[in-house]
Amino acid sequence: MNAKQVDKIATGILYTIAGFVILVLLALLGYILVQGVPNLSWHFLTAPAEAFSAGGGIGIQLFNSFYLLILTMVISFPIALGAGIYLNEYANQKSKVIEVIRTMIEILSSLPSVVVGLFGFLLFVVQLKLGFSLLSGAIALTFFNLPLLTRSVEESLRTIPNLQREAGSALGLSRFETIGHVILPAALPSIMTGVVLSAGRVFGEAAALIYTAGQSAPALNFADWNPFNATSPLNVMRPAETLAVHIWKINSEGIMPDAAAVSAGASAVLVIAVLLFNFCARYFSKVLYRQLTSSK
Amino acid sequence: MVEPNQLVFTDEMPDHYIMDINEDKHEVALSAQDVEVYYGAKQALQKTNLKFERYKITSLIGASGSGKSTFLRSLNRMNDDVGTVKGKIMYRNLDINSSDIDVYEMRRHIGMVFQRPNPFAKSIEDNITFALKQHGIRDKDELAKRVETSLKQAALWDEVKDTLHKSALSLSGGQQQRLVIARAIALHPDILLLDEPASALDPISSAKIEDTLLELKEKYTIIIVTHNMQQAARVSDYTAFFHMGEVLEYDLTRKIFTRPKVQRTIDYVNGNFG
Ligand SMILES: Nc1ncnc2c1ncn2[C@@H]1O[C@H](COP(=O)(O)OP(=O)(O)OP(=O)(O)O)[C@@H](O)[C@H]1O
Ligand SMILES: [Mg+2]
Repeated sequence: MNAKQVDKIATGILYTIAGFVILVLLALLGYILVQGVPNLSWHFLTAPAEAFSAGGGIGIQLFNSFYLLILTMVISFPIALGAGIYLNEYANQKSKVIEVIRTMIEILSSLPSVVVGLFGFLLFVVQLKLGFSLLSGAIALTFFNLPLLTRSVEESLRTIPNLQREAGSALGLSRFETIGHVILPAALPSIMTGVVLSAGRVFGEAAALIYTAGQSAPALNFADWNPFNATSPLNVMRPAETLAVHIWKINSEGIMPDAAAVSAGASAVLVIAVLLFNFCARYFSKVLYRQLTSSK
Repeated sequence: MVEPNQLVFTDEMPDHYIMDINEDKHEVALSAQDVEVYYGAKQALQKTNLKFERYKITSLIGASGSGKSTFLRSLNRMNDDVGTVKGKIMYRNLDINSSDIDVYEMRRHIGMVFQRPNPFAKSIEDNITFALKQHGIRDKDELAKRVETSLKQAALWDEVKDTLHKSALSLSGGQQQRLVIARAIALHPDILLLDEPASALDPISSAKIEDTLLELKEKYTIIIVTHNMQQAARVSDYTAFFHMGEVLEYDLTRKIFTRPKVQRTIDYVNGNFG
C-alpha cells in the first residue's frame, strides 16, 4: 500500500465515523422535534402548567429557565473570566500551588451534578436558609458551571500566540493593557463559544436544581417587576421549577392526562432554545470580533 | 596541519577584541556592563561589555543560537519573564536592569521589533495608534500625522494609504513586518532594537528598510541583529560578533569586514564555518 491509498482509506474511515455521529445526532434531534413540535402553540409556551387536567403550558418554567440561566451567567462569567485570565496570564506556570488549583478545577468539573445539587441543598437551602429559591439554584449552577467555564476561558487565552503579548510589552504597554485591548478581543470568539456551550449545559441541567431551585412553579404576576415582591418574576428568593426539571417531573410523577404530550413539547422547546442561542451567540461573536479587530 | 601563512597570524591573534568607545569624543546612548543571561540554570550569554554610540547603527552578527537575540532582548528587559539577566544596562545614567525601573516607561524609549512580524488583530491604523492612545496622545491630527510619517518611514505608506481601515492581518508577511517597524517608530523611541527585521522580506522591501534605517539614524540609535553580512556592512557603523553565547569581537564595521582581529571572526565573515 502506498501513502496515497493509506490516505484514502483513512479519510474514508474518518468520514464514516463522522457520518455516524451526525446520523445519531440527527436521529435524536429529529425524534425530539417530530414528537414535540406538533404540541407547540402560543398557549403552550405561555400558559402556566396544570397539575391534574389537560391543556397546561410551560410558560413559567420557560421563563424560569431563562432567568436562572441569566442569573447563573451573571455570577459565574466574571469569576471564570478573572480566574482564567489569572491562571493563563499572571500565574507562575511552574508553581506547585497553581498545579494544585488546576487539578482541583479538573476534579470539580467532573463532579456529578446530583452531588452539586445535594451540596447546594445542604449548604445554601438548609444551612444558609436561602430555601428552595432561584438564588440557591443559581449558586449551585455556578458551582457546576465554573470549572468548565474557567477552563474554556483559559484555553481560549492560551491559543493567542505569545508574540502578541511581546508586541504589547515592547510598545511599553502594561500587561493589563495588553490583555484588555489585544489578548481578550482576539480570544473573544473562542470565549463566546465556551460561554454558549456552558449555557447549553446550564439550560438543560435538572439534577443540580431539583433540591436547590425546587420543583414548584408558583404563579407569577407578569405585571409586577419589583424584585422584592413575592409573585414578581424577578424575585430571586422564590422557588422556580425550570423546563428541564419540569420534564423530569412530568416523566416521573406527572398525573395530568396529556403528560406525554407536555413532556414531548417541553423537550422540543428545550432543544430549540439551546440551538437558537447557539446560533445567536455565534453570530454575535462574529460581529463583535469584526468590530474589535476591524477585520473584514 | 596549519598552513604556514595562517600560523603567522594565529601566534599574535587575540581570542577577544572589544573596542572601547571613548566617551569624551563620542556620546554613548546605551552601555551593557557585565551583562549575563541565564535561562534556568543554563547560561546563554557570557559576561558582555558593549557600548553603543548615539545616532549610529550597530549590528549584531553571529551564527544561529549564538545569543544575539538573547542579548538584544535583555536591553529592554524583554527577557524578564523567560530568564535571569545579571549586570548593568546603563541608559541616561540609569541602570535600567535594576528592579526599581518602570519597564513600561523605559520601553517607550527603547523600542523593539521582533524576528517574526506580530501585528495586532486590529486595523492597520489602529496598530499604530493603539499604543499612542494608551500613552495619552489623543489629538486626532497628531495621531494621523504619526500614522502617515511612520508608515512612510517604514516604506509602507504607498501600499496601504487607501486601506488604513483594513485588518493588519490581511497584509503580506513583508508588509506586516514594515507595519510593526512603523508601529515602533511612531512612539518616537530613543533607541530602536531590531531582531532580524528583514529576514522575512523580499530584496526590494529589504532595501527599503535599509534606506529607512539610514534615515532614522539621524534621530535614533539603532541596534540590529542580522544574518545578512552585506546588510550589516552596508548599514552599520559598528559590528559585534557573537559566538556561542559570547561576544568575541566588537569594532567599527569597516574593520570587522576588512581586518578583523579574531580568527573566528575572520572565519565567520569569510563564510568558513568549521
Ligand atoms: N526562552 C528560552 N529558554 C531557554 N533557552 C533559550 C531561550 N531562548 C533562547 N534560548 C537558548 O539560548 C541560546 C541563544 O539563543 P538566541 O535566540 O539568543 O540565539 P540567536 O543568536 O538569536 O539565534 P538566531 O540567529 O537563530 O535567532 C540558544 O542556545 C537557545 O537555545
Ligand atoms: Mg535570534
